Parts: sequence; C-alpha cells; structure tokens
Amino acid sequence: MNIQRKNDLMYLVLGLVIFGIVYGLMEGGMIGSFWKLNIIIICINIIMSASLNLINGYTGQFSLGHAGFMAVGCYVSVILTTNFHMPLIVGMLAGGAAAALLGCLIGLPTLRLNGDYLAIATLGLGEIIRIVIMNINYVGGAAGFTGIPHLTTFPWVFFTMLVTLFFIKNFVNSTHGRACIAIRENEIAAGAMGINTTKYKVMAFTIGAAFAGVAGALFAHCFYIINPSSFTFMASFNYLIMVVLGGLGSLTGSVAGAFVVTALSAALASWPEFRMIIYALALILLMFYRPQGLFGYVELTAFKPFRFLDRTKGGRE
Amino acid sequence: MRSRLAMGVIFMDFGSHLIQQLINGISLGSVYALIALGYTMVYGIIKLINFAHGDIYMVGAYVGFFAITVAHMGIFPALIVSMVVTGLLGMVVERLAYKPLRHAPRISVLITAIGVSFFLEYGSMYFVSPTPRTFPRVFETEGLTIAGFTVNGQQLLIFAITLVLMVLLTYIVQYTKIGKAMRAVSFDTETAQLMGIDANRVISVTFGIGSALAAAGGVLVGVYYNSIDPLMGIMPGLKAFVAAVLGGIGIIPGAMAGGLILGIIEALVSGFISSTFRDAAAFAILILVLLFKPSGLFGKNTQEKV
Repeated sequence: MNIQRKNDLMYLVLGLVIFGIVYGLMEGGMIGSFWKLNIIIICINIIMSASLNLINGYTGQFSLGHAGFMAVGCYVSVILTTNFHMPLIVGMLAGGAAAALLGCLIGLPTLRLNGDYLAIATLGLGEIIRIVIMNINYVGGAAGFTGIPHLTTFPWVFFTMLVTLFFIKNFVNSTHGRACIAIRENEIAAGAMGINTTKYKVMAFTIGAAFAGVAGALFAHCFYIINPSSFTFMASFNYLIMVVLGGLGSLTGSVAGAFVVTALSAALASWPEFRMIIYALALILLMFYRPQGLFGYVELTAFKPFRFLDRTKGGRE
Repeated sequence: MRSRLAMGVIFMDFGSHLIQQLINGISLGSVYALIALGYTMVYGIIKLINFAHGDIYMVGAYVGFFAITVAHMGIFPALIVSMVVTGLLGMVVERLAYKPLRHAPRISVLITAIGVSFFLEYGSMYFVSPTPRTFPRVFETEGLTIAGFTVNGQQLLIFAITLVLMVLLTYIVQYTKIGKAMRAVSFDTETAQLMGIDANRVISVTFGIGSALAAAGGVLVGVYYNSIDPLMGIMPGLKAFVAAVLGGIGIIPGAMAGGLILGIIEALVSGFISSTFRDAAAFAILILVLLFKPSGLFGKNTQEKV
C-alpha cells in the first residue's frame, strides 16, 4: 500500500469517526432539530465552498456566480424527484451533470476574461440563471417550487461531502490540479510551459459547477419549498466569504470557513437585527488583520498534532 | 383602405409608446449614470470595484428624506445637504476601510467592500427600520407636453440636475488643479506621487465626489419613485456598475453614455417585452460587452505585457 493511499485511509477513518460521533449525538437526541438542520446546511456549505475554492483558490479564476450553478442543480433534481418520483441519487447526479454542462458552456467564452471582468461576468450570469428560472412557470416561477419530498438526511450529506473533499484533494494533487495551480501563480508563464490554460480553467470551472449542482440537489431536499430568491448574488458572496475566510487554496480552510460562517449565522439567529452587522464587521476586521484567511495556503496537516495524517512530507515548513 | 388606416393607427401607437419609453429610459438612465460615475472614478484610481457604492446611494436617499421631512427643507437645499453629508461619508468609509488595505491583495479589498456594503445596509436597517418610507412629494408634478408626449415634473428635475452635475464634474476633472491631479493619479499613481501629488488626498476627494453624485441619484430616485428602503441600493448599484463597464470602466464620459444606454434599453425591454426580463437584459448586455469589447464602448484596447 503506498503512502498516498495510506493518507487517504487515515482521512477516511477520521471522517468516519466524526460521522459516528455526530450521528450518535443526533440519534441520541442530544442535538435539537434546529442544530440538526444547521449541521446539514454546514455540510452542504462545505461542498459549496470546497468546489468554489477549486475555481477561486486553486485555479485563481474569480467566480461570483456559484449560487447560479447551485440553483440549476437544485431545480433539475426537484423536477426529477417530485414530478417523476426518482430517488434522490438520480436527482443529485442529474443536477450535478446539468450544472457541469452549463458550467462548461458558460466557462468556454467567459474564462477568456480575467480578474475583475470575469468576476462581474460570472455575477451577471448567475443573476441571469436566477431570472430565467423565475420566469419558467413549470417550476413555479418567483413563488417557488412546492411539495418537494424531504429526502436529505445527515448520512447522505455527510458522505457526499466526504466524496467531494476527497475528489478535490486528489484532483489538486494530480497533474491536472498542478496545472491549475500553475495557472493561478502565473497564467502567462504556465502557458509558456506548455499548459493548455483554457482547457484547465474550463475543467476546474466545470468540476466546481458540478459539485455546486450536487450541493443544490441536497439543499433542495432539506425543505418543502424552494424559490429563486435563495440564489441571488448575495448567496454567491456568502460562499465566496466562506472561501476567503478559510483561506484561498486551502481545503481545510474551506471546511473551517463554511463551518464558522454557518455556525455564526445560526448562533446569531436570535438577534436578527445585529446578525448582519456583526457579520460585516467580522469580515472587515478579518481582512485587516488576516487577509490570507484563517488557514492561508496551509492545510491542517501542517500543524503538529495533525502531522500523523500526512506521511508524505512530515509536515510543511 | 380600412386595414391601411388601422395599420397607421397601430404604427402611431407604437411610435408614441416608443417615445414615451425613451423618455422613461433617459430619466432612469440619468440616475444610473450618476451612480456609475462614482464607480468609474474609483475604479480608475485604485482599481477597486466598490460594491458599497450602491449603499452609499441608498444613504444619500435617506439623508435627503430626513432633510425634507425632519428639517423641512426644500428639494434643492435637501439635495445639497444630502450630497455634502454623503460625500463626507464616502470619504470616511475610504479612510477607515480601504486606506489600510492600499497595498493588500485586490481580493481582500473586494471582500472589505462587500463587508462595508453589508454594514451600511443592515446598519441603516437598524437605525431607520427596514420598512420602506414614502418620499414626500416635494416637487410639483406639473409636466411638460410636447407634441402629445408628456415629460412629467420629476423627469424634468432629473434631466436638469443630472445635466448640471455632469457639466460641473467635467469642469472639475478637466479644468481644476484637483481634477488634473485625479487624472494624473489614475494614469500612474507612483509617478504622480513622485511629481508631488498627494495620492491619498486625491483618492479621498475622488470618493467624496463619487459619493456626492450617488447621493444626488438617490434623492432623485426618491422623488421619482416616491419610495425608499435600506436595500434599494443593491440592484441600481449593480446596474450602474454594468453601465460603467459598458462605457469603459475608468472613463468618465463612458459612464455617462453607458448609464443612458442602459436606462433606455431597460425601459424598452420592460415596455415591449416583459418587465420581469428587465434585470436579465442589463446583465446580458454586460456579458455581450465583456465578450466582444471588454474595454467598453469608449475604451481603448490595451496590450497585456508580461
């Protein structure tokens, strides 16, 4: 068994232990229904932030339309499960595939843009997706889609999240992932080294969109009703904030960012009038004192107590 | 014969509808142009998409509202008070939130701008309550009728004030010392500093002027639509950014033209297709512009250097 596989196994064991503890607490009635829902939302947000991190953090392409892909996955899956009575897994795969297809179609022309222009173009596309959904009567238009079966359970979201994290971790460590990181560091130099920059940018964008679609499918089946106003550019900002808060280019950071943001907004739910003010101030102060995010480019394994998880290098300097 | 007559009537109907929509479009577009100017000036100088600019516009509308209702001012004093107060607010925001990050990565400043935007939105929700307020009818709505088309009083007010402010801005940017300094800093900040220009002061003044223009837009929208609320700045802010990109970001005449074009297109889409597609039209224009001429209508193509 090689070292890479041993590492993956370690992570898997860690994941199963966390799952066991949280699931045990849930089944034992130690966690109320409010926090139960929030734990599910945290897992969905981890999928969203990890997939956005692949685009923004690892490939360096600034996307502000991630909620749009989530919306596509969400609506495609609810049509399949509600109107055609398919199981959740079919909805998730179809939602992911639809979002990936759209991501690829959108990515091909827009990824020629760079920096701020790409950010604004993706923001506009995300809004267009939302407005188009709002005008389709088949899915309920602006009023929303009702009667969705409540299929999302904690095991479903947790294991989908694990698959997402493993996929992105291994993608980043592969040849393709290294090419993406090279593009982030310097696109012109990467091109000069023979990397097909367009291909890898579109690849990262498509994979990110696919996971956003899967997350959207899971999100839809947490509630009985879903409407387009959950997918405004504000939602995209929210995922971006999770990624930046955790650290661009750190998967551990994405997990931490999604956890902190979701848990914070849930904890402040009793003071709705202060919630967003505190959130805004926290964001500004974080950018002042720790602009690289909580984890920067560093993964969990760089810290001493967690070094045993990564035998390949024995911790980074 | 009769069908030809009917066609003629339909055509005339279409024509007058078109001109009426054009008038509505120009008044909406003037407001977009006023907001877009702030975006474009700030972007031209520090390359920041100031996401909080739409909320500055909202604050401007509220200052105008309180100047009229609480201090019982007329529309023109209220407009000036709102511009001054909001201009100062813009400078304070720049000083507190953006200046410490002058040499930070661009994304940190962008996230800070999003933070400031949330802060202004929800801070004003806390102070002035989230319910929409009815803007008092301060300007008599006696319209002007030219050849069967009515331009109402508020629209005239919007045209006149926008025109005055744009002439004033052009004068400041082209013929005064501070305007010259602004152009120099926007062209090359470091060289401008070596020539003895205080870049921090210029940036501060730019934020002040941009915010004052947005405040004027806010008050005018209050007068036009009669309703203001703490989240009113989000959509117009984004649209104004689209207008700035359309005209070529960083270029002042571009923002004016971009705002007007966007307003007219929106009015035509909501008048002839469906008002639900109004917002989609704005973003579709944005994407087309970005794909085919990313430097905007008035921009020059610049070669990227290694």
